[in-house]
Amino acid sequence: MKEELLSILEKNSRIDFSELAVLLGVSEEEVLKQLSELEKEGVICGYHTLINWEKTSIEKVMALIEVKLTLQRGRGFDSIAERIYNYPEVKAVYLISGGYDLLVILEEKTLKEIASFVSGKLSTIDGVLSTATHFILKKYKDHGTILNKEDKDEREVITP
Amino acid sequence: MRKFLSDSVINIKPSGIRKFFDIVSEMKDAISLGVGEPDFDTPWHIREEGIYALERGKTFYTSNAGLKDLRIEISNYLKRRFELNYNPDNEILVTVGGSEAIDIGLRAVINPGDEVIIPQPSYVSYEPCAILAGAKPVIIDLKAENEFRLTSDELLTAITDKTKVLILPYPNNPTGAIMEREDLEKIAKIVKEKDILVMSDEIYSELTYKGKHVSIAELDGMKERTILINGFSKSYAMTGWRLGYACAPKELIQQMTKIHQFAIMCAPTTSQYAAVEALRFGDDDVAKMRQAYNQRRRFLMDAFNKMGLSCFEPYGAFYVFPCIKEFGMTSEEFATKFLQEEKVALVPGTAFGDCGEGFLRISYAYSLENLKVAIGRLERFISRLRSDR
Repeated sequence: MKEELLSILEKNSRIDFSELAVLLGVSEEEVLKQLSELEKEGVICGYHTLINWEKTSIEKVMALIEVKLTLQRGRGFDSIAERIYNYPEVKAVYLISGGYDLLVILEEKTLKEIASFVSGKLSTIDGVLSTATHFILKKYKDHGTILNKEDKDEREVITP
Repeated sequence: MRKFLSDSVINIKPSGIRKFFDIVSEMKDAISLGVGEPDFDTPWHIREEGIYALERGKTFYTSNAGLKDLRIEISNYLKRRFELNYNPDNEILVTVGGSEAIDIGLRAVINPGDEVIIPQPSYVSYEPCAILAGAKPVIIDLKAENEFRLTSDELLTAITDKTKVLILPYPNNPTGAIMEREDLEKIAKIVKEKDILVMSDEIYSELTYKGKHVSIAELDGMKERTILINGFSKSYAMTGWRLGYACAPKELIQQMTKIHQFAIMCAPTTSQYAAVEALRFGDDDVAKMRQAYNQRRRFLMDAFNKMGLSCFEPYGAFYVFPCIKEFGMTSEEFATKFLQEEKVALVPGTAFGDCGEGFLRISYAYSLENLKVAIGRLERFISRLRSDR
């Protein structure tokens, strides 16, 4: 039931307790109990909204930055990652296997701000060896949701 | 000019659904809960495999019985899901949907005057297919108080010396009823005693919400007297691909293949390649869709409870079958009035047999958002009916 609860919430965090209870076939109390446990355990980290900013007049620029690191004695990936993820403009930081070490997703208002973050803040962190910045030109799908998808029922209205 | 038409075809009643369809089609902004097919798109990896088959130029006939690989996968699937053992070489026939399998299965076994027992409410094809095959249909009116399951008493009453086939349509369209192992065991006992063949239409076998579906062919001594029908339409959301299959003892499959070979040649090749992918890598898709259907089913049952609409809890397919007898209207009157006043299309229970009178089929092959809107309108409509009286 936990997995089903989570997968419903992942798609619709605005759903209310009573409806959750109906969909899962359990009592509201049970839903509340599960939710507070999942929040306490840090399984549920927030109830965010997926926004397609491209459809607004608000300008946003997003970049994926590949970061290579050199590790020094007593300082692992975690502490360098921390110095990066504490910046609020950094939306995500992942440790990656393969050609580079960290993948940083950065969101700013302008290209210039991204450039200055990379050159002024990111590259100067001790242990950052090199960076490669890729700008996102268009989002087709985000968080499992296809953006700009028209929902049209193509079926015949009544079939046996 | 001579009258060219066949009497037996003329005498077949047109589908009750058709009439309603014409009314709904003319209404532009109506919303429908009348669809008998999944709302999900075919999972992408399956569609992609169909595209790839076309790219590779897989555009020729397959063997009459269907691609060997597909028959092997069907055999593996039936073993892994239902403890069924069918030999891919001679006990499986790939057909154009479950519908073709129903048709040719009946034609392969019926001699003029044989009786075919058809429990109703049930899918619209059984009765006409039986008639076209030259059989006499014998209808069993299933009862809401039995949750529309077939009971041994009902079956015994319908059996005569001429009974040859029992059609077993579970999980059921339109009622959503299922038959559990104990229910099937009672039926199997009678069928063996009376030496009857079962045509078990299990097209909704993946969509059950109270444990795994049990096929009657799994029971002792039943495989040799069962034509098992299944397909890809409902479980993998592949209605438009037109692909199903029949499993039966080889003597039967051999004769069915003859009809299939002369009438159809083979099922669509692209669809067969896609279906191989579905059976190999589609189990998760099926589980996800089942979970979504189950949530909607619970939502509807809860809504009916709250509005005091009587409905037995169905555990299969994607239909609920509420009773509207309290309003003193026929199913058709109710459905027509509801459509006119609230612009929601439902199918009257009578489209699936006379004993569907007093019931409506509501499909939950729709998103929760759509269901909420439609059910809101149903609630409004019902309370209006109640306060008018």
